Amino acid sequence: MAHQYIGYAVFLPLIGFLINGLIGRKIKSESLVGIIGSAAVAIGFIIAASILVEMLGSPPDERSHIVYLFNWITAGDLSVSVAYQVDQLSVLMMLIVTGVGFLIHVYSIGYMHGDPGFWRFFSYLNLFIFTMLNLILADNFLLMFLGWEGVGLCSYLLIGFWYDRKFEKGTTGDAAKKAFIVNRIGDFGFLIGMFLIFTTFGSLNFSTVFAHASMLSVGTPIVMWITLALFLGATGKSAQIPLFVWLPDAMAGPTPVSALIHAATMVTAGIYMVARCSVLYALAPATMEVVAIVGACTALVAASIGLVQNDIKKILAYSTVSQLGYMFLALGVGAFAAGLFHVLTHAFFKALLFLGSGAVIHAMHEEQDIRKMGELKSHLPTTYKTFLVGTVAIAGIPPLAGFFSKDEILWKSFAHGYYVLWFMGLVGAGLTAFYMFRLLSLTFDGEKRWDPGKHPHEAPATMTIPLIILAVLSAIGGFVGIPASLGGGNAIEHWLDPVFEKANEKMLLAGHDVEAIEYVLMALSVGVAIAGIFLARKWYLQRSEIPDRLSARFAGLYKLLLNKYYVDEAYDAVVITPAAKGSEKLLWRGIDVGVIDWFVNALAAAFGFVSKTMRVVQTGVAQSYALVFLAGVIAIVGWLITR
Amino acid sequence: MQLSLSAYLGLSAILFTIGVAGVLLRRNAIVVFMCIELMLNSVNLSLIAFSSYRGDITGQVLVFFVMAVAAAEAAVGLAIVIALFRNKQTVNIDEVNILKW
Amino acid sequence: MVILQRNPVMSAISLIGNFFCLALLYLLLKAQVLAVLQIVVYTGAIMVLVIFVIMLLNLGDETKLTEKFDVRKIAGVVLATGFLLEMLYLFATGDADVPQSANAQEIGTIEAMGSAIFSRFLLPFEVTSLLLLAAIVGAVVLAKKRT
Repeated sequence: MAHQYIGYAVFLPLIGFLINGLIGRKIKSESLVGIIGSAAVAIGFIIAASILVEMLGSPPDERSHIVYLFNWITAGDLSVSVAYQVDQLSVLMMLIVTGVGFLIHVYSIGYMHGDPGFWRFFSYLNLFIFTMLNLILADNFLLMFLGWEGVGLCSYLLIGFWYDRKFEKGTTGDAAKKAFIVNRIGDFGFLIGMFLIFTTFGSLNFSTVFAHASMLSVGTPIVMWITLALFLGATGKSAQIPLFVWLPDAMAGPTPVSALIHAATMVTAGIYMVARCSVLYALAPATMEVVAIVGACTALVAASIGLVQNDIKKILAYSTVSQLGYMFLALGVGAFAAGLFHVLTHAFFKALLFLGSGAVIHAMHEEQDIRKMGELKSHLPTTYKTFLVGTVAIAGIPPLAGFFSKDEILWKSFAHGYYVLWFMGLVGAGLTAFYMFRLLSLTFDGEKRWDPGKHPHEAPATMTIPLIILAVLSAIGGFVGIPASLGGGNAIEHWLDPVFEKANEKMLLAGHDVEAIEYVLMALSVGVAIAGIFLARKWYLQRSEIPDRLSARFAGLYKLLLNKYYVDEAYDAVVITPAAKGSEKLLWRGIDVGVIDWFVNALAAAFGFVSKTMRVVQTGVAQSYALVFLAGVIAIVGWLITR
Repeated sequence: MQLSLSAYLGLSAILFTIGVAGVLLRRNAIVVFMCIELMLNSVNLSLIAFSSYRGDITGQVLVFFVMAVAAAEAAVGLAIVIALFRNKQTVNIDEVNILKW
Repeated sequence: MVILQRNPVMSAISLIGNFFCLALLYLLLKAQVLAVLQIVVYTGAIMVLVIFVIMLLNLGDETKLTEKFDVRKIAGVVLATGFLLEMLYLFATGDADVPQSANAQEIGTIEAMGSAIFSRFLLPFEVTSLLLLAAIVGAVVLAKKRT
């Protein structure tokens, strides 16, 4: 039974981390370090694939297994074990993590070539895979939280990998700290959610909690608080409003890190968590509304910021935030399978785009400003072609992957009655197509705008082969979810049905027949995308003075978007500075130094004073001691007499 | 005339007290030492008195051993006094105040 | 007299006299062997050693006891008096009016003492010999001249 090997799949990356981490420095051959790292993930992928095959061969209600490894904590009423739930949802996530992860490991062998911290990079990557697998395979909240924290830690380690390199106003270390701290705020929400779950349901096990939950009625207040708290954690990890500010700064890390962690896997942890707790969310329609609204707003806001950014990785970062918004929109309207479908396709094309940008940055010797690029397609042909595939995919042009998943989300939003959110999603799709093609045109087409002295060259095979594989997946990956209206069986939705069965019951959603309006919406979204592409090509290739004129006319709006709506500055002023000043003035000087230190010093001084006065007794003359001795004897005998 | 046991014990107590007073009041180390011997003797007296009045030989055996120990102690104690004198040129106890922190 | 003399040698002589008196008292209590031992060991050996040391160190006279009064002296006198009173109280109120035992004569002889030491109290006897050995070594070590 393939699913029993799940333990190996999870712990092999941990072993890879230990090997590379402890003796990697002494391994002189880069390829060996890279092979150790990649092999650990590859084996995980093979195991995941064999589990998938086994699942496809068994009937739908026998596809879920729980593999119990060992007992972790037993304390009073709480009993938590390390056990993995192998079902359709976790296998899907596992395939994404190990598959895309493996490709990125291979890519990194080429990208990080020559870096003195090569072995460190691979050990951190393996540690990340280990914790991410724990997150998605866990069968209880506490183990998932272990993975949750672990990926946050790896994110910190990897963002700050070049720890003393300058980055914007500080160093990469500051960016890493920002990521970790903002994540922490979200984790606080997750913790509160866990505490509430334990006190309400008495257990942290998924099966127990969800079984209990399905007996509650829709609208139970405690479930609303639980889901809100958990969602706060998701906004932190998956970079939604209000905790999205760390993701653009996370671009300080090496590009493979951005591809793996901040595009394909870690940021999808929030989506996975909400999907896993689907039955809880189905019981709390208020929270679902919040989720959908936050998702749609984030999608739109992030897309608007991405319109005017000039750093190639920043654009992709905001694009990621925007696409994550779409996924949350899907979850919020009750289309859990659609959200996960978008996770799958997004993993393909976003990783592809990031890796492609890495090849560009590599070729342009660490230049990241797209205003200084241009006309690279003749120098980097493979990169250009794969990047083009990725851009078309994300813009949502059929028959590439992005179209099917994004369209499914928009259709489901409309069908469940959220018309305003549907419209926001549509506008966002148009903006997405626009800024992605702006990026493509400014980088690869047009005239040379390079600084003198740059000689761009194509990337080595270890980098281009993963690009090609991801491009193929972006092209055909959508076919697992062809909706019924286009003649397909929507395989992925049916695959995931058993997972969301309980949730669907609660939401009283019936299956729907193909309706004519679905075709209209489909045509609308494609039309909007094509319009965006057209506009971008026109403005940035032919009439390049139009964007400049527009930005001059709407200078205020342009500045607002360029500075990301000043969100970082607002947080700084409202939250961070008061906290820092308050800590310093009040907590440090006032309480720590004034009260606690004073108390300890006073205590010591008191002891000193008493000792000084008592020291007179020790004269050193033996006879005085004998005096006291005698006095004691008299006292004792006297007491004995009078007893 | 038979003396009562209390008489002997009383004498022993008086001797002991004299010895104690001597230990506390005198400043010459050797005289202090002699007073300690005086105290030991008073205890010997009371032990023998008990032994005689109870008909048990244990008391006298004990006194035997006490004498032996006292002899040994005398030797060692006086050796210490000699060593002390060599270091400090005095046996005045008041000036030997190094038994403190 | 022992404690009140200024000259240490006079103190020592007084102590010798004290020991003689005690020996007589022992005889009164029919403990013959110990009386003899008292004279031989205490006066003959220990006091000789003491006087020897006094002579060796060539000590002079001490100051008179009533010259300087300090806390220690007063406390000493007071405490000693208190102790004495306590002891006398103890002994006076005890029921110690027993006559001398009948076999006091026999147990005081050297034969009885010897048989007791070498049978019942053999272990302490042997240990005491070790003790004496240790004392000899210690005394020699302590009093050696450091060359």
